[in-house]
Amino acid sequence: MHSGVQNVPLDINFALFISPFSEYMFMQRALIGSFAVCLGAVPVGVFMTLRRMSLTGDAMAHAILPGAAVAYLISGLSLIGLTLGGLVAGIVVAALAGWVARSTHIKEDTSLAAFYLISLALGVVILSLKHSNVDLFHVLFGNILALDNAALYLLAGICSISLFILAILYRALVIDCVDPQFLRRYGPASGVAHYGFLFLMVINLVAGFHALGTLMAIGMMILPAAAARFWMKTLDGMLLVAVLISLAGCVTGLLISFYVDLPAGPAIVLSVGVFYIASIFFGAHGGFLSKVFANQHLTG
Amino acid sequence: MVLFKFLLKYFVISVCILSSAVSASNANVTVLDVNGSAIRVVTSFSILEDLVRELGGDYVSVVNLVGRNSDAHMYQPKPSDAVAVAQADLVIVNGLGFEGWIARLIENCGYQGQSLIASKGIEVLFHGDEPDPHAWQSFRNIRVYIHNITQALIAQRPQYAQAFLQRQRQYLNAVELIEQELIAQLAKVPASERMVVTSHDAFGYLGHEFSIAFISPVGLSTDAEASAADVATIIKQIKKHRVKAIFMENINNPRLLQRIAAETDIAVGGKLYSDALSDVHDPAGTYLTMMQHNVMSLIAAFTEP
Repeated sequence: MHSGVQNVPLDINFALFISPFSEYMFMQRALIGSFAVCLGAVPVGVFMTLRRMSLTGDAMAHAILPGAAVAYLISGLSLIGLTLGGLVAGIVVAALAGWVARSTHIKEDTSLAAFYLISLALGVVILSLKHSNVDLFHVLFGNILALDNAALYLLAGICSISLFILAILYRALVIDCVDPQFLRRYGPASGVAHYGFLFLMVINLVAGFHALGTLMAIGMMILPAAAARFWMKTLDGMLLVAVLISLAGCVTGLLISFYVDLPAGPAIVLSVGVFYIASIFFGAHGGFLSKVFANQHLTG
Repeated sequence: MVLFKFLLKYFVISVCILSSAVSASNANVTVLDVNGSAIRVVTSFSILEDLVRELGGDYVSVVNLVGRNSDAHMYQPKPSDAVAVAQADLVIVNGLGFEGWIARLIENCGYQGQSLIASKGIEVLFHGDEPDPHAWQSFRNIRVYIHNITQALIAQRPQYAQAFLQRQRQYLNAVELIEQELIAQLAKVPASERMVVTSHDAFGYLGHEFSIAFISPVGLSTDAEASAADVATIIKQIKKHRVKAIFMENINNPRLLQRIAAETDIAVGGKLYSDALSDVHDPAGTYLTMMQHNVMSLIAAFTEP
């Protein structure tokens, strides 16, 4: 269990950080896979926090279930099948929820909640149809330590597509964050930005569930973005810092999993979580301590 | 997810209440059954089902809960399971914490009939503090299972005791035959070369009985998620001990094992059946063919050049 430690010369601290990755291929793959997920998902996460959609991601993660369940019934644990199933289910729920919100008096959050709950119930029913319950929840919880070539290509592919689409939508999303009414007055751009953004969320969640599992994947979207807000005032700065935080979290989490013997996915998310909690206190902008000092200046 | 299990549990309980009401109204039918028709047995998983069918023959009608190729660790009971239990004459479970969910199911249904813990009286192996429930992976233990089941059947229908004992003798002979054959085959492999990797610690009893070392990346139950330290340890062990093969199980997600096999350049030795039988036409459709398949696959992996 702790034999990983024994072969590492303790006098060279540097080696402690490098040797797990140089010695074991599965660690390299885990690092590459988690980096790919972060590069794609974290920028989307920044926009999610700015648009107050942090919990929307959670809803979407559950909405993916019936798609993955149907795919599992048809093709078993096939990578392509689960990916396509998840994508289709996520997109259908996002589109239906958006359509209902835009064309009836139901608000977006209610509409999405309604559809994701229906979707989730459907997923559980479909799963119970197949008596062999090789646990799909395990699959949905992903395993960052078991990424094969196909999975890595998929993660890298989704990351690239996500960044490309984000670059196209960037201006519209920024305007939409600042003044949601503005785009609506100028025709279809608002809809394109909105649905495009939901699509981005879905593809990153699907990538995430292969690597970390759906719920942990949302952790990697929201936590770095939330932490970055305590350090940066500009959007560019936030994006950069959030990505850096998430990458650092991946390295730290994997090393913790290696040396302390913890499951890798939760260890990664927890490392970022610790950084977020530290940021609440020490963050340069709006952090607890910075506010205390700012007040002292005012009174003194 | 936790919420679901919670809701499902309540659904099961409510169906239990309904079904026990129904079975109470059918009480006059049960009285007729005692004289002639089959013993209604509920078994918790496929291996017990197979044993009961072999030992009970036409005297039993079996309803099995966790099906072939399914994982009993993660099972969530369905309403139909509750109905089956409520209407059973005899409920047979493995025990040793294997089916954690079944005590609740039996209790919720207000089942008053006979329950049998099939593993009662075996020599238990432990993983740390917890008993290893996979006791059926040993011929010595399965004889205890067979004895227990036969006694329970006789208690249900004493008038057929001779028939049950006759079936028991026949089945024990079949067990003996296969065991001797496997022992003879395995004798060709030196004990030091009997080492494989599997996906969960289900073969403690088999390993104990046949001196085979099983190494597995996850803990005792399929619930746990492996850490990077676990995976690194396994890879080290494989390289150090020159382990020949890595085996999948029919109830697990194989990705992690495939990854380890790729990293250590060892062969993927096919499937082992641990907690569930395969479909009838596959190589492990009955308890005996399962044992034969598992041990022969292991021998094939050990003796590979």
